[in-house]
Amino acid sequence: MSQKKRQKPVVWVEQILLKMLPHQDEEEPASYRGSSGSCLVTIRKMPYLGSEDVVKELKKALCNPHIQADRLRYRNVIQRVIRYMTQGLDMSGVFMEMVKASATVDIVQKKLVYLYMCTYAPLKPDLALLAINTLCKDCSDPNPMVRGLALRSMCSLRMSKLDQWGQAEVLNFLLRYQPRSEEELFDILNLLDSFLKSGSPGVVMGATKLFLILAKKFPHVQTDVLVRVKGPLLAACSSESRELCFVALCHVRQILHSLPGHFSSHYKKFFCSYSEPHYIKLQKVEVLCELVNDENVQQVLEELRGYCTDVSADFAQAAIFAIGSIARTYTDQCVQILTELLGLRQEHITTVVVQTFRDLVWLCPQCTEAVCQALPGCEENIQDSEGKQALIWLLGVHGERIPNAPYVLEDFVENVKSETFPAVKMELLTALLRLFLSRPAECQDMLGRLLYYCIEEEKDMAVRDRGLFYYRLLLVGIDEVKRILCSPKSDPTLGLLEDPAERPVNSWASDFNTLVPVYGKSRWATISKCHGAERCGPELPKTSSFAASGPLIPEENKERVQEVPDSGTLMLVPNLQLTADYFEKTWLSLKVAHQQVLPWQGEFHPDTLQMALQVVNIQTIAMSRAGARPWKAYLSAQDDTGCLFLTELLWKPENSEMQISVKQNETRTETLKSFISVLETVIGTIEEIKS
Amino acid sequence: MISQFFILSSKGDPLIYKDFRGDSGGRDVAELFYRKLTGLPGDESPVVMVTTGGRRHHEGRHFIHIRHSGLYLVVTTSENVSPFGLLELLSRLATLLGDYCGSLGEGTISRNVALVYELLDEVLDYGYVQTTSTEMLRNFIQTEAVVSKPFSLFDLSSVGLFGAETQQSKVAPSSAASRPVLSSRSDQSQKNEVFLDVVERLSVLIASNGSLLKVDVQGEIRLKSFLPSGSVRREVSLFPGYGPGIRVDEVSFHSFVNLDEFESHRILRLQPPQGELTVMRYQLSDDLPSPLPFRLFPSVQWDRGSGRSTLEPKPRSLNVRLHLPLPRGVISLSQELSSPEQKAELAEGALRWDLPRVQGGSQLSGLFQMDVPRPPGPPSHGLSTSAPPLGLGPASLSFELPRHTCSGLQVRFLRLAFRPCGNANPHKWVRHLSHSDAYVIRI
Repeated sequence: MSQKKRQKPVVWVEQILLKMLPHQDEEEPASYRGSSGSCLVTIRKMPYLGSEDVVKELKKALCNPHIQADRLRYRNVIQRVIRYMTQGLDMSGVFMEMVKASATVDIVQKKLVYLYMCTYAPLKPDLALLAINTLCKDCSDPNPMVRGLALRSMCSLRMSKLDQWGQAEVLNFLLRYQPRSEEELFDILNLLDSFLKSGSPGVVMGATKLFLILAKKFPHVQTDVLVRVKGPLLAACSSESRELCFVALCHVRQILHSLPGHFSSHYKKFFCSYSEPHYIKLQKVEVLCELVNDENVQQVLEELRGYCTDVSADFAQAAIFAIGSIARTYTDQCVQILTELLGLRQEHITTVVVQTFRDLVWLCPQCTEAVCQALPGCEENIQDSEGKQALIWLLGVHGERIPNAPYVLEDFVENVKSETFPAVKMELLTALLRLFLSRPAECQDMLGRLLYYCIEEEKDMAVRDRGLFYYRLLLVGIDEVKRILCSPKSDPTLGLLEDPAERPVNSWASDFNTLVPVYGKSRWATISKCHGAERCGPELPKTSSFAASGPLIPEENKERVQEVPDSGTLMLVPNLQLTADYFEKTWLSLKVAHQQVLPWQGEFHPDTLQMALQVVNIQTIAMSRAGARPWKAYLSAQDDTGCLFLTELLWKPENSEMQISVKQNETRTETLKSFISVLETVIGTIEEIKS
Repeated sequence: MISQFFILSSKGDPLIYKDFRGDSGGRDVAELFYRKLTGLPGDESPVVMVTTGGRRHHEGRHFIHIRHSGLYLVVTTSENVSPFGLLELLSRLATLLGDYCGSLGEGTISRNVALVYELLDEVLDYGYVQTTSTEMLRNFIQTEAVVSKPFSLFDLSSVGLFGAETQQSKVAPSSAASRPVLSSRSDQSQKNEVFLDVVERLSVLIASNGSLLKVDVQGEIRLKSFLPSGSVRREVSLFPGYGPGIRVDEVSFHSFVNLDEFESHRILRLQPPQGELTVMRYQLSDDLPSPLPFRLFPSVQWDRGSGRSTLEPKPRSLNVRLHLPLPRGVISLSQELSSPEQKAELAEGALRWDLPRVQGGSQLSGLFQMDVPRPPGPPSHGLSTSAPPLGLGPASLSFELPRHTCSGLQVRFLRLAFRPCGNANPHKWVRHLSHSDAYVIRI
């Protein structure tokens, strides 16, 4: 009810205006001009003169107790109201009186009044509330006709238009509906069409999702919808709100996975501006990579090249990687740009370019020649591990085409003692051995030195083992080394694996307008996996699995504790209420399903144990007072399928052990095992805390 | 649905905290949010964050936030909700709080804590949105806004916009528009005022050879009404400013707008509620009806290490700033500007040339000379001497153009259908402004 109370009578303005100036004609648009400073009254044209008097007269009649007492006369007046209403007269003025007239036993009158109410309720939402009481009462009327009538009228009281929040909510709700026929489906789509044009992004995206899901068997409808949502999405992408912009960009990427050309003509919208935050720039660069095609590749690369020299090293590197990924399709242009970037002699640029080259020659062997020509000189500008590894790999695999390759590697060998990254040393060993196979004369000496160093002086075991391995391999013979080390130098098919074919729209339609595209699918998978346990029981929101780590269970035991929910699907219901009598009866009627003895040394604090058990939803029915010998406790628990676990704990201090007997009202060994392990963990934890 | 809503100051102090569903940890969630935000790696987006690990009751909680006027407006939820809807709600809340408190800021929020909580109470119920209409909420809100200083029309001296977050934000907001919509419900002497702003954001990219690579105009018509509700029917009439008609690529209207006469007469009619409302949004790309507001002619000579740039603004403009990133290690800068009172300075590896006021049609020129250390290494591998070294440019301009719209769209008439109720005729303020979003010239 409070919801309805809030419907604001916007129309009242109109009503008041009408009454003040009833006979003025609607003003013409021409009269707007010239009087920009003055105020103006606009009213609705009246179709019938004198309606004021009619309303007044009817009102009087409806209020007349004599008429009210005479059923026929009363009905007659109401009929007149309906007649005028049908003629187009505004009869909303007598709404109050008509509501009163609905409380009658005369069904004909009731029907008339309900007809009236359904017509004017949208104009008088506040007063229509008064009618609801009568309608509710009629819903429990003994006469089925009255009940039906009331129900139908209540359903047709369309009192308000939904605002954008309501619309979004309803659109979300409609996702659950399954149309029965194709005809119905298209009817729904036609009805909802206007929501795609809403000014609120939330409503537009909600409608889009609904369309995508309803039309899952009609790809052309889906494409059509995605074309129509292009405008609103692009508008959101250039919105003043950065947050909205980011979310829209994530959704653009999602669409591009299925329709790579979808935004290609709008590539300029995804150019970064210097004032944008980093996370938006990164998204935009990703989008640019994905929408590139023959027409825009030149401009997109030009733009990306601009980013490569950005003040922010992170952003510059992201742009270089982006060029690298475009290079898989447009190899020559990209390699040229990347080569030019090497000329800048900047550490953070060179290292990423070399890494890009390494990945590129593996996928696109046709660019090997160009890459080999670009490499000389790079070594001076690379300091980090990743970059060094990439360069060394390239020198090893394609060294026969790079004249100074042995000399560059020689520098690395000279400095191997001061090299801090083991991965670089490993790479160096492999590369030098490979180069030795193609250029033995230049490499033999330094290979010896490197192997000697790695075997005799190196402290990192992995490097040492690698060195030893190669040394022994060389002892076997050069042919064997060739057989093992000279693998293919490229694998273009890998690119196909990395770029999966276009994904169908249906694969992500249900993720549209959710958080999934914002986090990314893989990240979302980890998130929902982490919280899968929470999601599995919406009906029992407070059901906690044993993973609940109460304050009693110290940090160091957590790993043990969390193993439990993975092993079984035991979910214990919280706040199980069993009376002692019921417990006793059940306990006596069941057989012991499991008995076990746990070690227990020293003192004992029943309260601590009780609290710990409480945390995992095991209730204590009864227990001996502290200090009693032997000490006993009775516990109960129930899982979400209704299976009861009744437990007896028996502590005998003289034996330093705790005996556990569990009874089950249904024989289910799997859950019993889980339960026992929960119990063990708790008792074990308490034991550990104590000691 | 929403579990919690809170507002943090830019330093992370909680100003407002409200739990709607009681299904989540507690107040320390705000602290957790700020810690997460500040500890985020650079390549991750802070817009939507999730809590993992740690204490169980915080797990799987998503933080969605916007930054507005230096504040963080955050909601938490454990459902996989519509991010568009939530962000929209957050910006609507920001507007709403601005409407009721006068303006949004740390000071106004902490002065009006009671009012903010009262508003939140009505807007959200058990995490579901009830209504966000200023008009409707008015019936339920009892607290009066606390304003730091009384409003006076004399404050209107500066050109100001109520909502636009322009680059400098120096002119905005004027205090006239930043007062609570409903503060003086009982006060009969309240000024009846309507502010209408046409704000355009311009993003432009110009290639080094002067050709235009990208022009994008994002425009909005915003209305802020201080009129007593229910007494008026407001009409906005739009007429094309130039030629046969203004062209917009994409346009959307608020649902309150009646478009019956838009096609024929370009009239938008609406009954706006009190408070702020975006009547119309539009976009325009590539072809502008008017020439670009600025032309920059950079000429750079590298062998001598000097650069000259010429600026030609068309309309009168305010707060112009030329920002030119310079190569690393620039040692000295000498400048020769067209007017002696101007000054350009070096800041954070970039040249900054500020021009508070520029007359339309004028031409300004600046000659900058600097010494750049050559990159080490043999010159044979390096670039030819004519190419610019790394890190120079692109030049970007930021500016505001009062009384100018790049699309040519203008609001010719703002007409109020008004039923006098003892007050004088309402005041109407119509303002046009363009400002730069990104105006980049490659060098």
